[in-house]
Amino acid sequence: MSSTRTLPCHPVAVRPVWRGSPESSCEDTPTDDARWQLTARDLHKTYHKGKLSIPVLRGVDFSIRRGGFTAIVGQSGSGKTTLLHLLATLDAPDAGEVNFEGRRIDNLAPFSRDRLRNRSLGMIFQFYHLLPELSTVENVLTPIMISEGVWRYWRSRRVYTKRATQLLDMMGLAHRLHHKPRELSGGEMQRAAIARALIAQPKLLLADEPTGNLDRQTGHEILAILRSLNRDQNLTIVMVTHDAAIAQQADCTVRLVEGRVQSE
Amino acid sequence: MYKLLLSWRYLRTRYIALASIISVTLGVATLVIVNAVMAGFTAEANKRLNGILSDIVVESHSLNGFGNPEWHAAEIGKVVGEDLAGMTATVHVPAMLSIPIAESEYLTRQVNLIGVDVATYAEVGDFAKYLLHPANHDRLCFTLHEDGYAPNRADFPKAGWRYRRERVAYERAYRTQVEIERERARRAETGPAASAEVPADPYGTLVAPDPYGAQPAESVTQDPMTAQSVGVILGIAVCSQRVKDEDGVVRDFFFCRPGDDVKITLPTAGSPPKVISDVLTVVDMYESKMSEYDSTLAFMPLEQLQHLRGMIDPQSATRYVTSILIKLKPGTDLNAVRDRLQQRFPVRRYPYRIQTWRDMQGPLLAAVQLETTILNILLFLIIAVAGFGILATFYMIVVEKTRDVGILKALGAPSRGVMSIFLGYGFSLGLAGSGVGLVLGLLFVRYINQIAAGLEWVTGRPVFDPTVYYFQEIPAIVQTHTVVGVMVGAVLIAVLASVLPARHAAKLHPVEALRYE
Repeated sequence: MSSTRTLPCHPVAVRPVWRGSPESSCEDTPTDDARWQLTARDLHKTYHKGKLSIPVLRGVDFSIRRGGFTAIVGQSGSGKTTLLHLLATLDAPDAGEVNFEGRRIDNLAPFSRDRLRNRSLGMIFQFYHLLPELSTVENVLTPIMISEGVWRYWRSRRVYTKRATQLLDMMGLAHRLHHKPRELSGGEMQRAAIARALIAQPKLLLADEPTGNLDRQTGHEILAILRSLNRDQNLTIVMVTHDAAIAQQADCTVRLVEGRVQSE
Repeated sequence: MYKLLLSWRYLRTRYIALASIISVTLGVATLVIVNAVMAGFTAEANKRLNGILSDIVVESHSLNGFGNPEWHAAEIGKVVGEDLAGMTATVHVPAMLSIPIAESEYLTRQVNLIGVDVATYAEVGDFAKYLLHPANHDRLCFTLHEDGYAPNRADFPKAGWRYRRERVAYERAYRTQVEIERERARRAETGPAASAEVPADPYGTLVAPDPYGAQPAESVTQDPMTAQSVGVILGIAVCSQRVKDEDGVVRDFFFCRPGDDVKITLPTAGSPPKVISDVLTVVDMYESKMSEYDSTLAFMPLEQLQHLRGMIDPQSATRYVTSILIKLKPGTDLNAVRDRLQQRFPVRRYPYRIQTWRDMQGPLLAAVQLETTILNILLFLIIAVAGFGILATFYMIVVEKTRDVGILKALGAPSRGVMSIFLGYGFSLGLAGSGVGLVLGLLFVRYINQIAAGLEWVTGRPVFDPTVYYFQEIPAIVQTHTVVGVMVGAVLIAVLASVLPARHAAKLHPVEALRYE
């Protein structure tokens, strides 16, 4: 971890260092809002267990530019996953705000929040989180099934299935379409999860330790897929990881220490 | 779409939930069976009661009855109008029936003796249909037939004129033999006694005549070999007893049969009434299979009963009757006609009781209805208990599926969508459970008598005792509206039982659900 250059993307807290091509480098000024796809401002989150209060985030500020590949790193308990949940609107901050494409999303109504997660955000998890009752292709189709009504889905099911099949083919899972998750390896499950995250053509992909449960080689394969999605499809990716080697693959790094973005 | 898909997959893969709906299945099956049998009993009873009682009865409060039934009939005809299908006047009187069963012994039964008009009584009900001799079905008469009674009953004893002649001949031979015996006994006081030879009883069940007289037949003035007394038709259970023989077969043992004479004792009209007796010849039997009627009714010709009771005014020749039975055309509103008749015959001027057959059988019909209602409530409670089983199982499944709920919410499924999955699951379970229950119930109803016989064979105890019900088989009618009601109720209970677990699932926080181990 120490060998990694930690590059917080918040223009005020720290000057971000870009390792990619100069055309897509991070800006150090937040004033040009159009460039920032996702911004977090002074995020606070405290968990309560009985009378005990555990502050996890203590004022997190950063911005992520459109088309960037950002890694959020930090030790266990530093608040990485909590931060990702706040960005994904799975949880609400106690204070501060999250803006996505110029719109505040942390205080959205439940319906709008569900719609945002379904149509604009894609999520992948450390433990894949595929639905065990469904086949691989059905798992990939789940976000479409959620967004479309029964009739509309049934009418266009061939189109959707073709899209899901293409995605799985792209992930190298063409031979696993009708297998249940328990019949897949860890790497295959994660690739199916990536296909599921992409089916609704999201604008932002949030990945929570996507390689954390995989061996090194499979982890690199997954990372290569993410990298290629970012590069070829200009998909913005925010990835939580505790692995410095993995984080090094990202364009920018946000290092969390004790609930704050660490300045360097 | 995901709701349907997941509900279907959960239904297919969670067998524990299927086990939890076995109670729903059994409950629905039981409800279908119970309702079918109760409906069968009610329909059968209604049919028979209506057939026996006609539609509306105008009845005098007094045993003396009311005079001029022709005028009453004309007035009733005006009130009822075109809805009238038939009408007849009757006399109802309580009586004691004495059946000789052994030497100097009589079986005495309290009966409701009804004097019926041979010409019109068949118009108002199914009375003739329930008589044992087929000739009486078409044309009611109170004369004894040669034979041919109850052709469908193999165990029915010999009856009719042929039996009567043989019986009288036997009785006469018996008496003659007894006289000879007495004479020999007298002579034996001075010499050795000779053994008596009594002729064999050709009928087996026939009772030995009383050698010391007091025979009902004695009061018949004409020769019983060639003539009968006034005819009487007895309810089959008045003069028989239903017993099981050694083989377990239910048979009727007859104390008397068509061709036998019985003694009737009844009160005369007038005040105070006097007791009179007469001998009547049993000419047929009445079997409606309603034990209440079969064990209490006896019928004789109206005119003879009026004569016997003194219900014909010797001066004016006015006849008195106690009831007028009215049959209406199908579909007529009985209550409306009853109300119109009550207005025409106000109780202050005419002390009559005017009732429909349903009014008269109110307690019986209400008891059956109450029994059906209580059984339905009890059985629905059983399904409700099954509902709690579903609730507990669903909670387990929701807990097991907590992470799935988190995944769905992370993918943008709204809370109501998550709730719908589990409600849909409950609905599917309820539908599957009650569907299987319905099939089981219908199959059970279809083969109910065979199943009852099988149970009797296995347990050695009677499941359905025809001696109690007077139905040879268990009647069952499947009513569509009842079946639909039971199905809807069961599905509703299953859905209601899944509401709480579904709400619990819907309220799960996505982050906590995703972290759930």
